Amino acid sequence: MTPAIEVRNLYRSFQQRGQAVRAVDGVSLSLAAGEVLGVVGESGCGKSTLARLIMGLLPPGSGEVLVDGRRLAGMDRRERARLIQPVFQDPYSSLNPRQRIRDIVGLPLAAQGALPKRRQRDLVMEMLARVGLSSDMAERLPGQLSGGQRQRVAIARALVLHPRIVVCDEPTSALDVSVQAQILNLLADLRRELGLTYLFISHNLAVVEHIATEVAVMYLGRIVEQAPVEALFRAPAHPYTRALLASVLTPDPAQGIPDVGLGEDYPDPANIPAGCRFHPRCPQAFDRCATIMPDNIRRDGRLVECLLAVPPPGGGYG
Amino acid sequence: MSDTILSIGDLRVKFGDRTEAVRGLSLSVARGETHCIVGESGCGKSVTSLAVMGLLARGAIRSADHIRFRDQDLLGLPERAMARLRGDKIAMIFQEPMTSLNPAYTIGSQMAEVFERHRGAGRRAALDRAAELLERVGISGPGMRLGQYPHQLSGGLRQRVMIAMALMCDPELLIADEPTTALDVTVQAQILRLLQKLQRELGLAMLLITHDLGVVARMAQRVSVMYAGQVVESAPVSDLFAAPTHPYTRGLLACIPVPGTVRRGDPLGSIPGVVPRIPPGFVGCGFRDRCAWALPECARAVPLRQASAGHTYLCRLMPDEVRP
Amino acid sequence: MSGAFAPTGARWRLPPVRHLATLLGALIVGLAVIVALLAPAIVPHDPFLQNLDQRLIPPLWMDGGQPAHPLGTDQLGRDYLSRLIYGTRISMLIGAMTVVMSGLIGISLGVLGGFYGGRTDDLVMFLITCRLAIPLILVALTVVALVGSSLTVVSLTLGLLLWDRFAVVARTTTMQVRTLDYIAAAKAAGASRLHILLHEVLPNILVHLIVVATLEMALAILLEAALSFLGLGVPPPLPSWGLMIAEAKDYMFFSPWIIMIPGIALFVLVMGINLLGDGLRDLLGVERPR
Repeated sequence: MTPAIEVRNLYRSFQQRGQAVRAVDGVSLSLAAGEVLGVVGESGCGKSTLARLIMGLLPPGSGEVLVDGRRLAGMDRRERARLIQPVFQDPYSSLNPRQRIRDIVGLPLAAQGALPKRRQRDLVMEMLARVGLSSDMAERLPGQLSGGQRQRVAIARALVLHPRIVVCDEPTSALDVSVQAQILNLLADLRRELGLTYLFISHNLAVVEHIATEVAVMYLGRIVEQAPVEALFRAPAHPYTRALLASVLTPDPAQGIPDVGLGEDYPDPANIPAGCRFHPRCPQAFDRCATIMPDNIRRDGRLVECLLAVPPPGGGYG
Repeated sequence: MSDTILSIGDLRVKFGDRTEAVRGLSLSVARGETHCIVGESGCGKSVTSLAVMGLLARGAIRSADHIRFRDQDLLGLPERAMARLRGDKIAMIFQEPMTSLNPAYTIGSQMAEVFERHRGAGRRAALDRAAELLERVGISGPGMRLGQYPHQLSGGLRQRVMIAMALMCDPELLIADEPTTALDVTVQAQILRLLQKLQRELGLAMLLITHDLGVVARMAQRVSVMYAGQVVESAPVSDLFAAPTHPYTRGLLACIPVPGTVRRGDPLGSIPGVVPRIPPGFVGCGFRDRCAWALPECARAVPLRQASAGHTYLCRLMPDEVRP
Repeated sequence: MSGAFAPTGARWRLPPVRHLATLLGALIVGLAVIVALLAPAIVPHDPFLQNLDQRLIPPLWMDGGQPAHPLGTDQLGRDYLSRLIYGTRISMLIGAMTVVMSGLIGISLGVLGGFYGGRTDDLVMFLITCRLAIPLILVALTVVALVGSSLTVVSLTLGLLLWDRFAVVARTTTMQVRTLDYIAAAKAAGASRLHILLHEVLPNILVHLIVVATLEMALAILLEAALSFLGLGVPPPLPSWGLMIAEAKDYMFFSPWIIMIPGIALFVLVMGINLLGDGLRDLLGVERPR
């Protein structure tokens, strides 16, 4: 089966104030159709850049992205639009404030230029209903809608061409908690109904656990751990993943604030440490971590990039 | 009680004649206690903190039965006297460390300014104090940091600097408005640990505003849940999570996915509808349009009920009616 | 959450004083447009008709004024009111033509540079810098010496030279808009570059450009008056206000109204345009997020 998304050795860096910032520093992954890959990581990890590379909004420095088996580079923009669409984080800047909702949602159809206007209009109204918006919303401007409603509009726009893949870049992070849940439920329902594949980017681990089937943890431009969702949350192998999970504050008054043991250092993609990029903050780092880049260890459908994860001769994880 | 540092009675804030942001908020914070105000956007929690500090925009009308800092009335206090309190006995830290610090001045000069202004100290003494506090908040190499500019520091470091700056004059009350929302989750844990430690060491009273119930659970002793300008539920923290009574509180708790308890395939609990804007003259429960238990009587005045000792809520339902 | 710091409410609310100023500006500009359009119909006399018997008659409110010439006559006996009215026409025409031409040039350059960045932007910045280095008066002088002065020549010269502010504002606003997610969404939706520039970028920067347009119009009118005053602009006998001021300076001390009337007219029109521009900026102002 052709994977829905395949990424091979993707690199991308930027020039910022004279320094080279390695945003995506060698990422390879493969996402099967119908799956949801959750990509988690904190600021500076490169997940948003990765999202834009996969969508073809940014050209890679090197490496390639294949969508549905076809190379993204050089793909006709209309064909690409039919394959992969985004839902962005900020509902206030992802909709053109001067356009009406029906034009915003209809833009992908108009860009295809294939269907008569009336049919386009029908598809737009149908999609608005599907995402739970009443038909009178079509004539409104984004400024008249709430954050949750705007995000529904963004989802409607992303789905109106019935793409194979939807890249969700923190789609609920800017929303209130009660609205977040509405949108997440909507996304889950739509995936089932329309047979979609999601790339779901988030810094919120609990949300990812809810919606993803597979999770990749990014740190300073690389995937340091990847595993099926239950396995990752039950038994995280990489020290960074463990620290991330331990930092999540569950609403349990009996517990205090955990000491995750990461130290004062912060990740700076302009100054990536030598050796294992996590070692300055790692509570389990030892001398070799500062000099040797750990290999990708792949085993049993899991991936870990850590010197500690080198399996002893008998097998199994450290 | 001489132990009560902050006491607010029936605070109301209106913006012109268009919105009522706060409709009758009462709470108190004791010495050494963390009181969390939790709510989503538009509930009035930030406006409350600004109202206490006297930092509301022009056009905002503030009224209350009383706002007291220790025995001192804040409500009628002239601006000059209020300015003397701010940064000295009452300190505030904000959400965005990027914009809370002035990018044109060094860390040292911004921190020193607070001390020089309130204590009449000289620059040398102020900088020494600043270095001392930077150490206290866990920043190594404080001497070097004093000479740095805000853009040279990461978000987590900047927030530590904000905390240190707030502590320059030994405040008795710290108001923190979403202090960790803009930070990564690993940094959030560090900053919150720091706040807790400092509070214990200094006996600070802390009013912590957040939308994150996880933060509330781990940090607060008392919680006020706000919705549409009112405190819909107020309780000691363990009571709130053990026996949430107001339908909004219960709805909110149901919305939050907790790692490890997630049952895949089940939809997340959610609250239908959106947070309303309250026009002036609004009567009744602000939550009624989204509440599964709403009845016509909810459009009239809502009774304040008691669930247990120290645990009150604003709803027509009796405690045993809510819990299944 | 930051709503406490910013005034809430509809975009159309203005403090009363500024509101009045904008209204005044709109009235002045509106009046000027009407006068300019209806000039041939409403003018009491032929502005070019010389009548040497009737030279230097003072305006109605002074001794010796005549009802037939409410604003008096100039040194060649031409009715001043009529010349003023035709002068409005010239000013507005120059203003409009210059704005349209410089707007097209400047906005195109600015948007292209701001959107594409890189080499394109470098080129645009270079062109802007070159343009800023050019001294307007000297260029005008050269052009007139080569081609002769006329209304068309003045408009063309100003139109080809006054585009820099348009370009700068278009460029910076385009750069701001370019990073917003709805542009990325439009690209992802398969829209062509042209569509994005015309339908996603332009409508959102138009507000700022309208303000620039009013400022540039005022500037064009003043420049034309200055050029005409120097003899480099509109040729006589056309009643450009600048020219009227130039011709009046020899009579300044004996018949001061001759120089004051066009001067005041110029002042009022330019002020009106600027007030309107300020008001537009406030009215159409930046939308706050949330």
